[in-house]
Amino acid sequence: MSIQVIVGSFILIPLLGFLLSLFVPERSEAVLSRIAFITSALELIGSIGFIGYWLVLGSPEINIPEFVLFKGSGYEFLVDFYFDKITAVYLLVGAFLTFLITRYSRYYLHRESGYKRFFNTILFFYLGYSLTIFSGNFETLFIGWEILGLSSFLLVAFYRERYLPVRNAVKVFTIYRIGDVGILLAMWASHHLWHENISFMKLGNYNLVHEQLQSHSAIGLFISLMILVAAAAKSAQLPFSSWLPRAMEGPTPSSAIFYGSLSVHFGVFLLLRTYPFWEHQFVVRLIIGLVGASTAIVGFTIARVQSTIKSQIAYASISQIGIMFIEIALGLHALALIHFAGNAFLRTYQLLVSPAVVSYLIRNQFYHFTGRVKTFEDYLPRRLQYSLYVLSLKEWNLDLLLNRMVFAPIKRLGKYLDFLSMRNVLFYFIPTYFFGVLLRIQEEILPIQLLEWLPEIIAILGLLMVLKSFSERNNPYLAWVLILLNHAWLALAISFNEHFDWLHIGLYLSGFFPAGILGLFCLYQLKKHAPEYFNLNQYYGLVADFPKLSFVFLLASMGLMGFPISPSFIGEDLVFSHIHSDQFLLATVNALSFVLSGIALIRIYARLFLGIHARHVHETPYKSS
Amino acid sequence: MDTAIMGILNRLRHYLPAQAPLKDFIHHNTLHAFQREEFFAGLQQASQIFGYKVLLGIEEYRALYHQGKISEEALQSVVNTSDLSMEPAQVLTKMLQEDSSVQYDGRVGQLRSVWKNHYRINIDKVSHPILFRLAGNYLDQGISIWNFPLHEDGFLASIRELQAGSISALFKSSRVRKLLDDPDTSLRQLLEILVGDSKLFERYLFDQQFAHPGWSGMVAVLERNPESLLDKRRISLTDFIILELLLEIDFLDRKFGNIWPSLSQSVSESFPDLFAPVEPDESFQIRSLWQRAYEWTYYDQVLSGLQCAPTEIIAPVESDSFQALFCIDDRSCSLRRYVELQEPGVRTYGTPGFFQVEFYFQPEEGKFLTKVCPAPVQPKVVIREYNGVKKYKDDLHFSKHSQGLLGGWFISQTMGFWSAIQLLGNVFRPAASPAMVSSFQHMDRDAVLGIRQEGHSSEWEGLKLGFTEEEMANRISSLLGSIGATQHFSPLVYLIGHGASSVNNTYYAGYDCGACSGRAGSVNARVAAWMANQPSVRLILQSKGIIIPDFVQFIGGLHDTTRDEIEFYDTENLSKNNASLHQKFAQKFNQALSLNAKERSRRFNLLSTRDTAQRIHQQVKLRALSLFEPRPELNHATNAICIIGRRALSQQLFLDRRAFLNSYDPENDQDGIFLTGILKAVAPVCGGINLEYFFSRTDPHRLGAGSKLPHNVIGLLGVANGVEGDLRPGLPTQMTEVHDPIRLLVVVEQKPDFILSVLAKDSSTRQWFDNNWIHLVAIDPDSRQLYRYENGQFRVYHSKAAKPPYLKDWNQLIESTEDNIPVHLLTKMK
Repeated sequence: MSIQVIVGSFILIPLLGFLLSLFVPERSEAVLSRIAFITSALELIGSIGFIGYWLVLGSPEINIPEFVLFKGSGYEFLVDFYFDKITAVYLLVGAFLTFLITRYSRYYLHRESGYKRFFNTILFFYLGYSLTIFSGNFETLFIGWEILGLSSFLLVAFYRERYLPVRNAVKVFTIYRIGDVGILLAMWASHHLWHENISFMKLGNYNLVHEQLQSHSAIGLFISLMILVAAAAKSAQLPFSSWLPRAMEGPTPSSAIFYGSLSVHFGVFLLLRTYPFWEHQFVVRLIIGLVGASTAIVGFTIARVQSTIKSQIAYASISQIGIMFIEIALGLHALALIHFAGNAFLRTYQLLVSPAVVSYLIRNQFYHFTGRVKTFEDYLPRRLQYSLYVLSLKEWNLDLLLNRMVFAPIKRLGKYLDFLSMRNVLFYFIPTYFFGVLLRIQEEILPIQLLEWLPEIIAILGLLMVLKSFSERNNPYLAWVLILLNHAWLALAISFNEHFDWLHIGLYLSGFFPAGILGLFCLYQLKKHAPEYFNLNQYYGLVADFPKLSFVFLLASMGLMGFPISPSFIGEDLVFSHIHSDQFLLATVNALSFVLSGIALIRIYARLFLGIHARHVHETPYKSS
Repeated sequence: MDTAIMGILNRLRHYLPAQAPLKDFIHHNTLHAFQREEFFAGLQQASQIFGYKVLLGIEEYRALYHQGKISEEALQSVVNTSDLSMEPAQVLTKMLQEDSSVQYDGRVGQLRSVWKNHYRINIDKVSHPILFRLAGNYLDQGISIWNFPLHEDGFLASIRELQAGSISALFKSSRVRKLLDDPDTSLRQLLEILVGDSKLFERYLFDQQFAHPGWSGMVAVLERNPESLLDKRRISLTDFIILELLLEIDFLDRKFGNIWPSLSQSVSESFPDLFAPVEPDESFQIRSLWQRAYEWTYYDQVLSGLQCAPTEIIAPVESDSFQALFCIDDRSCSLRRYVELQEPGVRTYGTPGFFQVEFYFQPEEGKFLTKVCPAPVQPKVVIREYNGVKKYKDDLHFSKHSQGLLGGWFISQTMGFWSAIQLLGNVFRPAASPAMVSSFQHMDRDAVLGIRQEGHSSEWEGLKLGFTEEEMANRISSLLGSIGATQHFSPLVYLIGHGASSVNNTYYAGYDCGACSGRAGSVNARVAAWMANQPSVRLILQSKGIIIPDFVQFIGGLHDTTRDEIEFYDTENLSKNNASLHQKFAQKFNQALSLNAKERSRRFNLLSTRDTAQRIHQQVKLRALSLFEPRPELNHATNAICIIGRRALSQQLFLDRRAFLNSYDPENDQDGIFLTGILKAVAPVCGGINLEYFFSRTDPHRLGAGSKLPHNVIGLLGVANGVEGDLRPGLPTQMTEVHDPIRLLVVVEQKPDFILSVLAKDSSTRQWFDNNWIHLVAIDPDSRQLYRYENGQFRVYHSKAAKPPYLKDWNQLIESTEDNIPVHLLTKMK
């Protein structure tokens, strides 16, 4: 068997398992859990066998160009796999834990409504996991990365009839998405640095990297920092830490596997994977070490004042991951890998047995109670002690900071855009758009200075659409159409760049438009049947009334956010490749648009379909649950 | 004293959930606040004021009807006797066909929605997280590593000190800081700032506190019973509400500056009194008719079955078989049936599982006393354990070192890999671990108990150490007397308490014996057996007319209801003859336990009920050790009736673990002393269990704890969903999903007049029956005539159900369905 087939099958098995599980009826618990069990068992056996074989070969680093998804002039989208010791460790730990968790959940989830959804999502997550760890270039990694983000959202919001899980799911998705800006910009910049979609294999080539970075040290630093942003967001490092405890809303085994072990260590993975790229940039290593060190300390203090078991484990894990960041920055990779595996196992187990903490500690207390235990903090000066306690209790204001840095400004900006009513959009912006298209065809009539800045100006117009969509409270149609328009504006903006290719623009828009129309159709249906809840003021939980429509709308949203189920995903990457290396602003605006439109879309989906069911025809949960 | 505010606070305390911390979990009526009303009237209030779903939905009832779980006869009967002012035919149409949309919107919550609608702010989003965290950290019983800096004056004083001593502020508004600093700041003062009009205070406070009933209820409970915390704290509802009001004002100050209109200035609509009479609600009445039909469908089966009992009761003769006393608990119901099937000569009894001996137990090395009797009883005696050998193993996974920086670094890289192996082991081969709770660990079987009082000076923590001979004899005589076992003793008399084993179960206390305050009944069984074996005690008993021959020996034991195992105590003291008898009987017990396990297994996931009893029993034992098993056992689910009478009344019936069984001899109860005692315990204990299951089942979101799968342990006190949620009192759906929400039917084998005279003496017990929170039926010991208690008197009642079918092959019946099994006759009747 060729190595291509073997490695490919590590992706194919979860993909097949996932697709198969979608078609199993809701109530067939045994079939669902068996599919998940067999999928993970095959992966585990396969990984042990393959790693054994690979060790016999002398553990070489292998690059496996799998297949080309798209090829155009000066551009190809290559699905590329890579296997080295990092992949090996992640593969083994991931397969082992997923195998155990699927078996565990088979019983644990018995009779839970959403049994099917749970296993669908676990398999979907596992697909994303495998893709990410096997990825041989940024493009492939990004596919896996996107799947991880969405499956996380779905698992945090598993109890979708309640308020807090849904709100926190949106929060987690948002932070993942912010991390994605990092990956997108790193991809864009590295595309220009290497003039190709560089494989991680080549990144390990010291001479090649060194030579490039000598002449482009600024761009090298930029790429590294973007990678760090992505890694910090995924691994809940500063300043993103507060999402991790809040993600513990799903059934305990899903929290254990996602936020205790696998998902949260992806930042570590990304840093290990890209290490050859930044190892000779001392500043980068210093920054990574500092981020790790400060997270380790802050996480440590927060963990000490947690009175809930899951948040305590979460913060303890965060601070260990901070130490892993330091280890990686120091170049201690073997140690970081052992640390990762041990931490993943330990936290998974601690979370799984967390309900037992009551009987265990109460019994312990019953036999060993000595009164209040003094800790080192008790010896600190009182003012320092209290200040530290309050700070830790408030999670060092991290959650507040995120709200203030991310959500509040966007909302404020959105408020200025109130003039973007449905009417104005239809009567002014759509005609303006066509005027823009006309200009593009007749671009020679435009002055050259304007032409130079036109892409940016148009892209910013697109970004404004997204901002308004994000803060829109009333009209779901408007919020949806604005996202659609944003893509159109971006396409126009890029088309003013010189390497213009109709095929590329076509590919870019080919996924968005069908998804956009499908979404409009769903909204139309929803408005027809539930007009009283047709706004974005609060969560309406309409999935209870329209489960099928809700699923279709989720698919449409995925399409419109350029999720790797639609050709627009490649178009997205393609569009980035058309942004010149000196167009930082355009690249940033484009990345922001991409990321924010995803958040805006998930917000529309969540508000309409998730949360407490607005029709109180059955028992309703408290908002505080 | 501000009496108006005090009144509001007292009403709040009355209506808030009253669940104790997890370690003291005891079943109680979730809607105890409405118990002074008639059942349906109370329910309707609960529903309209608080938005609870107190009955099943109309579709659920109709589905039950179509499945045959609500009978045609019962339906007809409620239709014909309904007090709705319409024709029976019309009532029937409404019940069966008409769509009626119900909205579960209570009055509570309406006023505070003004914040969102008028001020456009989400005040709870800001105040709840910090409020819950402060309360959680303050009350925490041992999760956090660095403890809350405590102030001896309690919760608010601690926060005051923390705020004053910290550079990082809890409150941003200077006005709020001043208010906090002033110890004289009153609730009224804060309400005037925030709400304004004093007419709205009550509604505001109810809205506010019922936005997080879990925490408020916990605070109210701890204010009332501070002793339920091992690590003591002082907290009051007033402090808690003051803090919440300060947080709210702080938020508004930050948002709008110091000047903003109080809530009442922005309210245009009127908000009448929260407890104003509720409006009649036809859809509720229709559903309450369904509820009645649902209940009587099952009751009638039971009552028809009971009427089949022989009226001539043959007096027992001394035999070589044995006698066994079990707990009244519904889980003993099926075990007793199997013991009787295995050993036809046996006589079994039911009595509350503390066996009438009430005391505190202190295990060796235990730092605290454990109450092992019904919760309302205040014992005066401690029994201590000596010379034990059992030691608890530690589990590093719960060690706080793993949460530190270096400790975590070291532990994750070393023990982390051990975790992987342990997890693999538990997923495929569950085994005992320090994380589990085992009923057999409650007491060391090899240790000695200090039961007898030695001298007069032996005191311990203000209580007496051990019982005197006289006290022992009194307890044994009331134990034997209340169940009517005062003569014809067998050589061996077993006293079997019960407890449960589980792992990963925050509700472990609720699985043990309710009559022992949520602990295993092993110590009580052992103590009572020991007392009954003392010659000195028997001598005193003789003077009370209870003659226990010398060859009779009592054996204490513990039934683990999860694993279906029994452990016997002090068997080394048996006479030679009795020892060999015991060996034989222990075999019988084991067979009965396996069969019981098989019967239970029909509701367990992925166990094949068709397997042999022994093989199933092995798997049932393993389940109790499985980390991934959210239902180690089904506890009291499906409980529905309580039978007080001689075993001959119910022995011929297959009751599918749905009955509490309390033995009682109607011919041996002078002045109704025994019945008074029994009813006094049965009403609150069995009624409490029944109603907690009832309401957790009908409204798992507001009255139950929802699914336990996402639960997170908070401060060892309670559970919440995730890390930011409110505490969730009530039972999780995993415990209640198979439960049929029907009220408890108490059947007493006694003359109606006799029961009336007993009830007349005890108004608090009578209230349960008068207000219909529990049904009561008397069955005449001689004629087997039924009398139903309604509106304070007994009326002749005729069951509408036919005589239950004869059960030929119980094995096949058990294997055939996961569902509740209707009442069957075990013996062929003429």
